[in-house]
Amino acid sequence: MRNLSIVWTIFLKDLRVEYRSRETLASMCVFGLLVVFLFSFAFETAREETLRLLPGLLWVAFAFAGILGFNRSFAVERENACLEGMTLAPIDPGTIFAGKMLANLLFLVIAEVVVVFAASLWYNFSFLPSLRWFVVILFFGTLGYAALGTIFGAIAANTRMREVMLPVLQFPVAFWVLILSIDATSDALRGAGSSGGITRVAGVSIVFAVASFLLFGYVLEE
Amino acid sequence: MKKFPPTLHLFVTVVWMIVALYMIFLYAPQEATMGEVQRIFYQHVPAGLSAFIAYFVVFLGSVIYLWKRTKFADDLAYAAAEVGFVFCTCVLVTGPLWAKPAWGIWWTWDARLTSTFILWLLFIAYLMLRAHLINPGRAEVLGAVVGIIGFVDVIVDYMAIRWWRTQHPQPVFMGGPGSGLDPRMKLTFLVSWGAFLCLFWYLVRQRMALLVAQRELGWLRRQLALRES
Repeated sequence: MRNLSIVWTIFLKDLRVEYRSRETLASMCVFGLLVVFLFSFAFETAREETLRLLPGLLWVAFAFAGILGFNRSFAVERENACLEGMTLAPIDPGTIFAGKMLANLLFLVIAEVVVVFAASLWYNFSFLPSLRWFVVILFFGTLGYAALGTIFGAIAANTRMREVMLPVLQFPVAFWVLILSIDATSDALRGAGSSGGITRVAGVSIVFAVASFLLFGYVLEE
Repeated sequence: MKKFPPTLHLFVTVVWMIVALYMIFLYAPQEATMGEVQRIFYQHVPAGLSAFIAYFVVFLGSVIYLWKRTKFADDLAYAAAEVGFVFCTCVLVTGPLWAKPAWGIWWTWDARLTSTFILWLLFIAYLMLRAHLINPGRAEVLGAVVGIIGFVDVIVDYMAIRWWRTQHPQPVFMGGPGSGLDPRMKLTFLVSWGAFLCLFWYLVRQRMALLVAQRELGWLRRQLALRES
């Protein structure tokens, strides 16, 4: 119970920081929108092509928006030695991971909703028929992606070129989370959503989330 | 390992590689459909297997380091990552050279090509991280964490490629019946693989000796600076 309340406290702390600065979420949404905007200009598509293009395009936009957010997530903690403060507190490092990850997850999901809405508008494509499947895929894919982003964000914060280091670490490992999510999304949008595709996304995401959770303690030790 | 002197190891490796080259080009029979170009297989596959073994060594070294905190384990992981990167690069170069005549294309996002490419990116991520830390004293722990997550990725890779269709030739050893090789080809392959493993081991141990020497040099420099001040 105590651990849960610590996770909740860290989560709320991140929301409060974001509410006061309004930096992360805004940049994530704008960047995601720009990706969709550029694609919709670069490729003018008919409906069948849209179906082929859209899943990949959406996840690329989510991936880039996520990278922005994860970079900020621990860069903020470096200022004023906040990270040292949290590490010194008598709490389990796993709770820090869970709190930060939930905040990252929430920000990315909000950005995703904005991006999906814009894509629906610009591509003249309705997500409503497949919304049920789509939401589940979105949640699990984002979970795995945000878990990896949280631990790699913490690792990249230790390097001189953090903005470059994070994608270099994140993309090779998150590759299958993205690919499987794209496959599942593609099936869902065609009206052929299946629990098999979702199970794969969820399985891979949970494996990465657990691994990140277990290893996070080592990242924080000085 | 100390009982086996590096110079002797180098000598054995060189002789073994020459024997392997002889067997690859002169002993092994010509493949029926692909012709001469198939001979690249004797380098491509051993290099690929060695690269995957290298990543497994990185994983083992990382786990042992986090558990026991011995410098040896970290040196092993670091050296294996560097050598593994070179081997993986060899695979990615020899693969397309073979694929162009055999498939008619240099590259395709087939499952096994993709997973090898991801392995290559993982080596890059691991090595880049260690090279760009603000505090180099954290290289061991952070390297180990990335090494372990990367290994989880390799396993996921192994699972995920089964969900994809693949264009890559199925493994010819230990496959089903009818996948057998000419015994001379098999022997050539095994000799070549042995040569690659021998080279791999030689490079790793030399790199580890270099890491130890670098650390000792740094220590001596610090002592010297202390004495002078």
